[in-house]
Amino acid sequence: MSLAELICPAGTPAALRTAVDAGADAVYCGFQDATNARNFPGLNFTPDEMAAAVAYAHDKGTKVLLALNTYPPAGKVDLWRQAADAGARIGVDAFIVADMGVADYIARTHPDIRLHLSVQAAASSPEAIRYYCDNFGVKRVVLPRILTIPEIREIRREIPCEIETFIFGNHGLMVEGRCSLTNYLTGQSTNMDGVCSPASDVEYARHADGSMSSRLAGFTIDCFGADEKAGYPTICKGRYRAPHRPDGYYAFEEPISLNLSRLLPELIDAGVHAFKIEGRQRSKSYVRGVVSAFRQAVDDIRAGRQANIADLVALTEGQKQTQGAFETKKWR
Amino acid sequence: MTAHPDTVPRTAVPARPVLARLSCLIVQPVLTRVVRRIAAQHPTLFERLGPHQGTDFVIDPVDLPFALHLRPDPRALVFRAVPRDAVPPAGATIRGTFLLLLELIDSEEDGDAAFFARDLEVTGDTEAVVRLRNALDDVDGSIAEDAAAMFGPPGRAILARLRRAYQT
Ligand code: SF4
Repeated sequence: MSLAELICPAGTPAALRTAVDAGADAVYCGFQDATNARNFPGLNFTPDEMAAAVAYAHDKGTKVLLALNTYPPAGKVDLWRQAADAGARIGVDAFIVADMGVADYIARTHPDIRLHLSVQAAASSPEAIRYYCDNFGVKRVVLPRILTIPEIREIRREIPCEIETFIFGNHGLMVEGRCSLTNYLTGQSTNMDGVCSPASDVEYARHADGSMSSRLAGFTIDCFGADEKAGYPTICKGRYRAPHRPDGYYAFEEPISLNLSRLLPELIDAGVHAFKIEGRQRSKSYVRGVVSAFRQAVDDIRAGRQANIADLVALTEGQKQTQGAFETKKWR
Repeated sequence: MTAHPDTVPRTAVPARPVLARLSCLIVQPVLTRVVRRIAAQHPTLFERLGPHQGTDFVIDPVDLPFALHLRPDPRALVFRAVPRDAVPPAGATIRGTFLLLLELIDSEEDGDAAFFARDLEVTGDTEAVVRLRNALDDVDGSIAEDAAAMFGPPGRAILARLRRAYQT
């Protein structure tokens, strides 16, 4: 049986302590800049906060993985290199990277620290994954959320590194690391600036009939009826009118979250080493609830018991959940 | 960022101007003490607010007779109860029931989940709200309990009663 490590999100030092105390095997987090894909206002860690957080986590036997999972714009690699150097000084347990240049720098400069390949690299074939392993010594790949469990099992047989899969949280449908929808409307890049739908471009308005519209950079991307549940203001979850659908429809994906709690035994059996929970932008309350629920479930499975997982639907986007492509490619 | 013209304010409590003004007078000394204490205990909170230390937040507990005006400027903190007909122009407005807002401050509830459920409403400058949320979320322990504890056993008893009253 694989170790089934639980990899948990932390957007602030308090969230990191919450994740550690709730039973995370490892916590992933980032600095307060464009070097990570949750570069949200007021979120993330200063180097001093990161050092204190690493000390807290290590004291309790929890690892800290530093997300450096965005792509430096041409000629601007210094910020990513400095972040890697700071992480090494602080003593993080691994770097999560997407860009080959960043991977190469770390492999040469900090060869003793593990490299994990971010989902943002969108490496979904054995050939692509092996390339990163052979050239940069990648020890673990975070798989894109587009593969079925039989496909994951096949890949596992053909690669020399560990596999991590998302099991809960935000479920963007685009090819990770390649989505430019936000850039199209706001001029900011999810992949280089580290933020999808920057808050400064988001606006909500409530209307006389109780409905609420969400807008990004002045474009309405959804309007929720008075009794409808809402989702994030991301373009991929927008509802649009088209000539053939004048009433508006979810062209890419509806507001929904991934929840693989029922598939954990199969994922472990397929050789998945680590389970990732999405949500560095979420609160301590979310971190506490989701991490403890999955801690209990993984412990149950390890002990040969039926996993008893708490109902997490109240924390999901649109209050809906899916097993996505992990269950079937036809899910959408 | 401006609110959409057809945006409407939502008030669950019928406007009773005299009651509202009286309530504001009663709670104001408490609010002033509470906010000063929080600021002294959690100075890093202001760093996460960044450029929004000077933003005027209107926090609107829809089931109370008044709203709250917060300007989290460490040099000139403002936290006051205001009747709804005297609410200042807001950089950002946050609306929900009193208990929900209390639980969000203490991270007992998740803000995104409350937003998805449509229990929490946000208008105005979304970045300001996200910063405030992240700043408060980085505070360990319970701000509400700390505030109640400032007033000794009666403070704690009032908070417990409020929670019970709103939960039933
Ligand atoms: S628009 Fe959707 S798919 Fe694209 S980066 Fe944002 S969340 Fe991901």
